[in-house]
Amino acid sequence: MRAAMASSLPESQIAPAAGGVQARGIEKRLGNIEVLRGVNLDVAAGEILAILGSSGSGKSTFLRCVNLLTLPDQGDIWVHGEHLRLRPVSEDDSAPRILDHDQVRRVRASIGMVFQSFNLWPHMTALENVSAGPVLVNRLTRKAAAELGRRYLAKVGLSDKAGSYPRHLSGGQQQRVAIARALAMEPKLLLFDEPTSALDPELVGEVLRVMTALAGEGRTMMIVTHEVAFAREVSSRAAFMHQGRIEEEGSSREFFSNPASPGLRRFLAAHDERHS
Amino acid sequence: MDGFVLQFVEGLKTTVLLALISGALGMVVGLLAAAAKLSRFAPLRVVVGAYTTIVRGVPELLIILLIYFGGTVAISSFFGRYVEINAFSAGVLALTIVFGAYTAEIFRGAVLSISRGQIEAARSLGLHPWQTWLLIILPLMMRIALPALGNQWFSLIKETSLISIVGLTDIMRVAAVGAGSMRAPLTFYLAASALYLFLTSLALVVFNLLERHFAVRGH
Repeated sequence: MRAAMASSLPESQIAPAAGGVQARGIEKRLGNIEVLRGVNLDVAAGEILAILGSSGSGKSTFLRCVNLLTLPDQGDIWVHGEHLRLRPVSEDDSAPRILDHDQVRRVRASIGMVFQSFNLWPHMTALENVSAGPVLVNRLTRKAAAELGRRYLAKVGLSDKAGSYPRHLSGGQQQRVAIARALAMEPKLLLFDEPTSALDPELVGEVLRVMTALAGEGRTMMIVTHEVAFAREVSSRAAFMHQGRIEEEGSSREFFSNPASPGLRRFLAAHDERHS
Repeated sequence: MDGFVLQFVEGLKTTVLLALISGALGMVVGLLAAAAKLSRFAPLRVVVGAYTTIVRGVPELLIILLIYFGGTVAISSFFGRYVEINAFSAGVLALTIVFGAYTAEIFRGAVLSISRGQIEAARSLGLHPWQTWLLIILPLMMRIALPALGNQWFSLIKETSLISIVGLTDIMRVAAVGAGSMRAPLTFYLAASALYLFLTSLALVVFNLLERHFAVRGH
């Protein structure tokens, strides 16, 4: 597989590692704003990467590029060693394009995403939300999917809410259902896009507890968050984004205790001030 | 008078059939037109935009006449001899075109009001676009579209009466003929009014049930 890729792709496009995620030279412009200006970032299988940065630094946009909810204008992405086939932005055709929709659907099915605004489907119960993907995409029988759904609802502590509609659940419960929905696809990678930012402060803890438990299972996770203390606790590596670039990245131990860049130092100091 | 009761029954059947067929076809046209208007393909958007704008800007009566007489001319010249299109088919075609144009706007607005995130959640799981349309967008959209769609169905039921102008024996035609021949316009037109009111009330009940069905459950 690697040999085939190496022979058909220029040197710069060879995936540096087989598992996880590799992103090279990711650029994205939204309107007149350069949101991403050449982001390079790797996540190895089993690694938990926290991505920090102030609002507008491009961290959410970058995360959305990994499962192509946002199409990068330039750059290459490998997911589980597979190069995503995209056509970059060009002069004659201004929008970047997906070249292989089957590939994108297959890759998306192997990546679970948890959104800031939960995005549960309001016309389905919690269990229906969780078991829809396994039935529709992974072709499980309804019975098997419901069983799987109940298992993951139990995992996030919501066995008793299987029959509830989203509007009868608190924000924290909705987000835990959304996590169960992502888990029910048995993904190889989990993306979290500011999963606690839309929650009332008293509901943040229950979601972070579920995520901490997942982190302990050796899952590959990319977490965009404002919760610095949580990121420090669960991540194995961390990256700091500023104005569309990775300003600093490294092992969590170094990153949080001994930040090198002035930007990250300011960011962490401001956070400590708020929470002291 | 007894003869007219039977004729009214026949007229009622014609009106109901006309409304149901053109309403069903019109909703399909409306859904496709809404999808076209929301597509990334610009020429499609322009063509369908022209369709909905023109149709909504022209009186329904004119569209019916254009299709009935225009259709007769077109088909006759195609076959090289006089062919008259049947009033019912012309009526179905005309009302489908009109209903499609109005419902396209309703459906388009309803789709736009669905939260982008709920569609993205479906995409992020790897759902095929048609699965997303059928299982996420359509049911969410229907809830929002139903009140306006109900109004459009009331209009449709009433607009079927315009087809009587090209000779279709619907409720309206029976009433007009009866009013003239029996010299009792008030009786016949009141009877026709009662029948239309009966049909629109029925539609109201159906739409109330549908709204309840599609509402967020568990209130």
